Amino acid sequence: MDLFEYQGKRFFSSYGIPTSKGEVVEEVEEAVRVAKEVGFPAVVKAQVQVGGRGKAGGIKLVNSEGEAEVAAQAILGMDIKGHLVKRVWIEHASDIDKEYYVSVTLDRGSKDHLILVSSQGGVEIEEVAASAPEAIKRLHVNPIDGFTEDEARRLVAEAEIDVQARQGVEETLLKLYRAYVDGDADLVEINPLILTTSGKVHALDAKVTLDDNAAFRHPEWEEFRATQELDGRERLAKEKHLNYIGLEGSVGIIANGAGLAMSTLDVVNQVGGSAANFLDLGGGAGADVMAAALEVINTDENVRSVLINVFGGITRCDQVAKGIVDALQRVDIKSPLVVRLDGTNAQEGREILANYRSDKIQVETTMIDAAKRAVELVGEVR
Amino acid sequence: MAIFVDENTKVIVQGLTGSQGRFHGLRNRDYGTKIVGGVTPGKGGSDVDGIPVFDTVEEAVVATGATASFIAVPPKFASEAILEAAAAGVSFIVCITEFIPARDEAMFYNILRRNFPGTRLLGPNCPGIISPGRCNIGITSGDIALAGGPVGIVSRSGTLTYQALYELSEKGVGQTTCVGIGGDPVPGTNFIDCLAAFEADSETKAVLMIGEIGGSEEEKAADFIKSNMTKPVVSYIAGVTAPPGRKMGHAGAIISGSQGSAQAKMSALKEAGVTVAINPTEAGEMMVELVKSL
Repeated sequence: MDLFEYQGKRFFSSYGIPTSKGEVVEEVEEAVRVAKEVGFPAVVKAQVQVGGRGKAGGIKLVNSEGEAEVAAQAILGMDIKGHLVKRVWIEHASDIDKEYYVSVTLDRGSKDHLILVSSQGGVEIEEVAASAPEAIKRLHVNPIDGFTEDEARRLVAEAEIDVQARQGVEETLLKLYRAYVDGDADLVEINPLILTTSGKVHALDAKVTLDDNAAFRHPEWEEFRATQELDGRERLAKEKHLNYIGLEGSVGIIANGAGLAMSTLDVVNQVGGSAANFLDLGGGAGADVMAAALEVINTDENVRSVLINVFGGITRCDQVAKGIVDALQRVDIKSPLVVRLDGTNAQEGREILANYRSDKIQVETTMIDAAKRAVELVGEVR
Repeated sequence: MAIFVDENTKVIVQGLTGSQGRFHGLRNRDYGTKIVGGVTPGKGGSDVDGIPVFDTVEEAVVATGATASFIAVPPKFASEAILEAAAAGVSFIVCITEFIPARDEAMFYNILRRNFPGTRLLGPNCPGIISPGRCNIGITSGDIALAGGPVGIVSRSGTLTYQALYELSEKGVGQTTCVGIGGDPVPGTNFIDCLAAFEADSETKAVLMIGEIGGSEEEKAADFIKSNMTKPVVSYIAGVTAPPGRKMGHAGAIISGSQGSAQAKMSALKEAGVTVAINPTEAGEMMVELVKSL
């Protein structure tokens, strides 16, 4: 789960990482009130989960109530790379002397924690990595041993953080590591971590991704979940406990297993089509889950045909076929279905579908043929 | 020969009294696997369809001589279960549990590596391992596998593994061992572990490797193949059309930054002399052709 900046700052604050005082608002009048409260100059920042909002005009410095109003009006409702701005965060503008970069994440290659520190913050770290890789200092931390004060001190010195900021950056790093571990984050990143002209170190931005698998030990995440940006299809899929990702194409995809679902997307693409979604039914593929999947796909305006690709292992194909038939009686599917069943009892499954005699269902035996047929149908339906 | 397990492997099931553990544990026994015991704290002394249940792994190991454990417990208890098995001297652990927090995975992976170097963990979030006709630990349907070799299979994805098994079996091409390493960010056993074992296994003549987007394990496998493998490898990578930044079902299947795209993995594998298929069916066909020419 990705957090918005204001949520990330709240998350950081709870681990003692200093951030600017501010407030998140949804209305222009509220924005003006908060700007006045935090004191001018203030910054109005769009709350979207996408990079490059500054360049897109989503961050404005304001010096008066009038300017705050104009800025909030412009930013609220703005579309930044397809993300609608519903909230702005307002804080007192900091007097920035220096900008640094710090982050903690899992290094999947070495299977330990990776801490990154750079004295060149404020820009995309990938740009720094490309143009000046030596400016990023890395420390691998074995989760058993944790991250020590000595290591923090060495890392900060190695990264050539300005002397007057070192203590502040060290402390922030130790707290950030604690937040990463105790907070069950996949990623914590502060860019920029600033040194103010008055010599204080604090987080000017917050990028936090939480590990959804750890939600069972974090009841406090409920407040973050309420604001997750899902489109209508994704919200419905979540309610139905389906593993679904909305895409832009016209062939609705239903498959069992993440790998097979991904592979189905690829094959549709190989035969000249494009998938409307990724949908993994999971292990079982009974009538309930199939009906739920069809219901979600039905709400997608772009879908012109649906490809159901199931491999029967433990779930037998005759059960899957019965599930499809049953689901069709419950859901009035708008687009034609192409079904490919393979694996255990595939023949029995295909017969059940053939006997159902619906002009909505076509059966193919191979993945490629099924994908081709589904893509052809997109053309015919249009 | 098979890799990691064989017909003599004695297996206990941690979580045998739970619905998953019971279902798959009994299926594995029906397949012929030596399921010699179960472990559920507080249920020691009872049995599941004749299989004795113990309170601790240690008791189960002492009583049965088991060397392998099949873990089917909820994510909250998985970490503890894995470490308990390792501490009791179990040398091969298969954990099918899905949705384990990454923090726990990184922790138990490193504890195993440091304190229990003799223990191999397969998974978590994996379908398990099957050596057709000899041993099946996990959730793979034994019906779709064919004994006798000569192909070894290693895969990150469950259903694509089944697909591969099925296609090979249908065409009369058997398997020595099929290993599902799972789709999580910190797998206990990786591609290289399996490739090395297949290279060393005299019965395995060719290897089918199924990868997916995310991480860089396939790229590392490509390097390994280039410098260490004499046996031919056919590969398929799922997720060519996956958009960056979105997790495709598996926690590990995400393209982040410049890392983990299917194209990068496919070119690394081609570079290493691997035959790369563009879909799972083609991978199966290519392997069948290859086996004919052996």
